[in-house]
Amino acid sequence: MTKSSGTILDGASRPRRGEAHDGPSTPHETISAAILAAKARGEPALVAFLTAGFPSRDSFKQHLQAIAEAADVVEIGVPFTDPMADGVTIQRASHAALAQGVTLRWILAQLETMPRGKTPLLLMSYLNPLLALGPQALASSAARAGVAGFIVPDLPFDESAELRAAFQAHGLALVQMVTPVTRASRLEQICASSQGFVYAVTMTGTTGKNVAVPAEVTRYLDAVRSRSPVPVCAGFGIRGREQLELLRDHVDGVVIGSALVEVLEQGGDPARWLRDLRGR
Amino acid sequence: MTPSESNDPIADLISGRFPDARGRFGPFGGRYVPETLIPALERLQQGVREHLQTAAFQQELALELSSWVGRPTALTFAGRLSARWGARIWLKREDLAHTGAHKINNAIGQALLARRLGARRIVAETGAGQHGVASAAACARLGLPCTVYMGAIDMERQAPNVDRMRLLGATVVAVTSGDRTLRAAIDEALRDWVSDPLETYYLLGSALGPHPYPYLVRELQSVIGREARAQIVERNGALPDAVIACVGGGSNSIGAFHPFVPDRTVDLIGIEAGGRGAGLGENSATISFGRPGVLHGTYSILLQDENGQIQETHSVSAGLDYPGVGPEHALLASAGRARYETATDEEALDAVRALCECEGILPALESAHALAGARRWAAGHAGATVLVCLSGRGDKDMPTLQKTLLSVKP
Repeated sequence: MTKSSGTILDGASRPRRGEAHDGPSTPHETISAAILAAKARGEPALVAFLTAGFPSRDSFKQHLQAIAEAADVVEIGVPFTDPMADGVTIQRASHAALAQGVTLRWILAQLETMPRGKTPLLLMSYLNPLLALGPQALASSAARAGVAGFIVPDLPFDESAELRAAFQAHGLALVQMVTPVTRASRLEQICASSQGFVYAVTMTGTTGKNVAVPAEVTRYLDAVRSRSPVPVCAGFGIRGREQLELLRDHVDGVVIGSALVEVLEQGGDPARWLRDLRGR
Repeated sequence: MTPSESNDPIADLISGRFPDARGRFGPFGGRYVPETLIPALERLQQGVREHLQTAAFQQELALELSSWVGRPTALTFAGRLSARWGARIWLKREDLAHTGAHKINNAIGQALLARRLGARRIVAETGAGQHGVASAAACARLGLPCTVYMGAIDMERQAPNVDRMRLLGATVVAVTSGDRTLRAAIDEALRDWVSDPLETYYLLGSALGPHPYPYLVRELQSVIGREARAQIVERNGALPDAVIACVGGGSNSIGAFHPFVPDRTVDLIGIEAGGRGAGLGENSATISFGRPGVLHGTYSILLQDENGQIQETHSVSAGLDYPGVGPEHALLASAGRARYETATDEEALDAVRALCECEGILPALESAHALAGARRWAAGHAGATVLVCLSGRGDKDMPTLQKTLLSVKP
């Protein structure tokens, strides 16, 4: 397996986005800090999802900025032709973005030219577009573009060593997912290795459904939280205030994905929708 | 490269060191799936380890293969075709297997395994419909409910198979997302499985996907090569000079090739779908035109653009219309043990006509690609012996043949 070389580490140790005072010193720490700051204000952090270039390439920066102001962390979806963990909403957005020629290179170039806000940015991508760029080039250009970390839904912990090492050299997070069917011993291992936060998938299935929050879900989330050294955010099927209230005491944050994409599809104002969700 | 590998990946394949504990065939293979599927794959791997090679399972499988599938399938010497094309051509007749193609070997084997693992329902994907029909039949035989995902385009061009699946009791779900062919059907089957990973068994039809599927499917399909090797040695008195099979995902070909891998004098030749030509989106010839990447759970060779987006494919044959290939083929290609060529739509259709005329056999369009490859090989190897895997019969292709061969005046 590839080892991160000293030269890459040296190149990455220059100052990046992040606070100058006693705050987080690496990109992945900015993610945990932003989630814990929201939690300290007494509400679960909002991790808001936006498919890059959806509904249009031209509106990407504008939507990203608006969502970044209303959310605590933004997850930018890199479109892929075969999004196997996603339901119909994100599939639609993904294909629409691809049809407009959105690529990972384009996304990174856009981010590089944007003013750096205080909200940490994550890229959510299936593995193959990342491999096309190559782990080293990916990590350095992502760090340069101000990206704080990655979520890769088809990269389980066991296959992640190479990408993790490349990210580590730049202080970038590789956010790991756990699910209700993950074995206890594996849960322990994944929580210990996840950076930024642990993404606790609320249910078996694809994104975009409407999840019920029975006691077994909150028990599972409590179990993840008791094992995780980093904050825990629940995702998949979270759409409204009611679920947020039920989850409030069992998570540090929630990921809002398909519901927000649908707001964009219907021509709504995503920032306003997020503020309504927060109830302020 | 891991340190445990020797310098000869083919020796590692023959000795059984590949796939290794991580499901790798050299650099290829692995398990790239959402976390939700990991427990299901671990359970499957344990099931494969506990059951597949046991005497009890093998006896149960052997009885189904002989009494229900109709194995061993015949080895036919194609005398008139040999005279026309110039080499001695032998056909391994998987078209004679129950449900009309090699797919049944894998379907009944996995269905038996699923029953032992306590699965409540089976999901499967299908391209040409042959794996769907085989899965539906195997599930009916064992009393398991079966749902088959099939691309909307494939449902149209393989209409007879859709009705066969329904008669056999399966629920056929039309896939209208993505490219509406085999690849989209696999995406959709995976989405179904991810929704119920503990009670649903995913009966994957080709030698690809996450570990342990490439190994499991190859083991179940190797019956083709084992039988054919014994039959041709007995009838021909010697091993063939070449074994030729068509390659989409690569299940009939890996089944035909695997038992011949140690016979280094035997050329192994995979024929991919050359479609309308070499351009992007014009073919499904993954190894010929692709690059390494990850799709549907495995690191192998893919047809993709420079951004890692999977390419649209084309082939006249639905069963070969797929942008990836199994990881064991990627290894055989990279190690030079097998070579991969293409046959165009037109060459395949010509081969359909030739086999019908000379031998009274209507081959599947997929298998016709292997025949087209054999024709080319024969032209350079007069008098030499070639074994062709005739992976299936062509009844299912009548809608396509009506629009092509039958619409042209003779």
